[in-house]
Amino acid sequence: MGLVDRALDGDRLALARLVSEIEDESPAGDAALGELFPHTGRAHLVGVTGGSGTGKSTLVNQLALKIRSVQGNGYPKKVAIVAVDPSSPFSGGAILGDRIRMRDLAGDSGIFIRSMASRGALGGLARRTRSVVQVLDACGYDLILIETVGAGQSEVEIASTAHTTIVVDSPGLGDEVQAIKAGILEIADILVVNKADLPDAPKAVMALRMALELGYPKGAANRLQDGQAEPVATPSIWTPPLLETIATRGEGIEPLVRAIDGHRDYLIASGEIEARQRGRVRAEMDHLLRDQLAVDFLSARGEDAYQKAIERVLARELSPRQAVQSIIRGAPEGR
Amino acid sequence: MPKSQQRVLIAKPGLDGHDRGAKVIARALRDAGFEVIYTGLRQTPEMVAEAALQEDVDAIGLSILSGAHMALVPKLMALLEAQGQTDVPVLLGGIIPDQDVPALNEMGVASVFGPGTETGAVIKAFRTAIESADRGH
Repeated sequence: MGLVDRALDGDRLALARLVSEIEDESPAGDAALGELFPHTGRAHLVGVTGGSGTGKSTLVNQLALKIRSVQGNGYPKKVAIVAVDPSSPFSGGAILGDRIRMRDLAGDSGIFIRSMASRGALGGLARRTRSVVQVLDACGYDLILIETVGAGQSEVEIASTAHTTIVVDSPGLGDEVQAIKAGILEIADILVVNKADLPDAPKAVMALRMALELGYPKGAANRLQDGQAEPVATPSIWTPPLLETIATRGEGIEPLVRAIDGHRDYLIASGEIEARQRGRVRAEMDHLLRDQLAVDFLSARGEDAYQKAIERVLARELSPRQAVQSIIRGAPEGR
Repeated sequence: MPKSQQRVLIAKPGLDGHDRGAKVIARALRDAGFEVIYTGLRQTPEMVAEAALQEDVDAIGLSILSGAHMALVPKLMALLEAQGQTDVPVLLGGIIPDQDVPALNEMGVASVFGPGTETGAVIKAFRTAIESADRGH
């Protein structure tokens, strides 16, 4: 039996080795991905993003524990975790430390954890995170938690990868203006203030609540005033619930699991899940198209022409944009 | 085409809490271009074997300072074998008495490092062990 059949059959070693092939973008990995793709589409993909040190890994650990302990209504689900950490821009090496916070999950064969280095990608995920998630989906993991690198303000690629995006904030990271800037908060389907036992927590909650009220005038405001942080799934519009957790103590996790389920139900009831799936496919194909075009183009045009164009930019004869345009037109010597 | 990147697991099995050595090695390997999966303290052999399996690492580095290596290492080697991970080399660092080294090598440990080993030597040993394991990716 080949790796693909073994992985589909539940062989975890085969699955792990397949993931490496895909991460390394080997021809064997690409072929395997083609074979596996018809089996994908069953898993619910949950992104967990937020600044570094906000407690994403600890929260993911607790989420997985909780999801594995719930019974009935489709639970317990098999859970996969893909945790991305940054690669060094200098050595290409990386320290992938998300497993440190996930030791509670050891010994449960219904959980599969994979660490990925970003390998130079800047959107908060690695280039091959989407593909790795597809393999896990095909191999029967029902819920896949995707943890991004510690994200600043613009690492928003997770939103076009996951069905449900959780943005994790923690107290003391910025004022109210941070909360209304564009970018990461806009992609939240669920907002979490972790470390809610810290003294500054009420301030962080208030800042996010105000930002939410600006964006979603009715739902968020009403719901949060009576102290309820339950998600409201009306078919027409989803207002991101704002939840408080203390991940190190496992507090506030159950409402978060319910919020994930609530968002999933909403996506299905509203039909938005199809729009998101379409968007996901589009985003992935855009990426692949761009990568492939660049590779093909440069190999057809030759590295020499490219080097010459680089030299001309260094000599300030051409701007980078002019240089690229001249290469595309096939006239690297000049306009 | 990006070349295949080497991934190693650095684990600290056993009950002592001295992880400075493991961190120094993890950092040195990172700077040498390895992707290092760092699991932290107090891992059981089962946890190490399972992490190595899921992460599909090219080598496992253990740091043991508790004196329990003659109990922990054989257990880990047996688990790796049972899981079909016999092609993953295991390297060991820490406080390991010289007289234990032959027995550890006999169990399949590729290299044993004591205190004072240069990080350059450790990196080289990882590279050599991975090359001779020749896992083909």
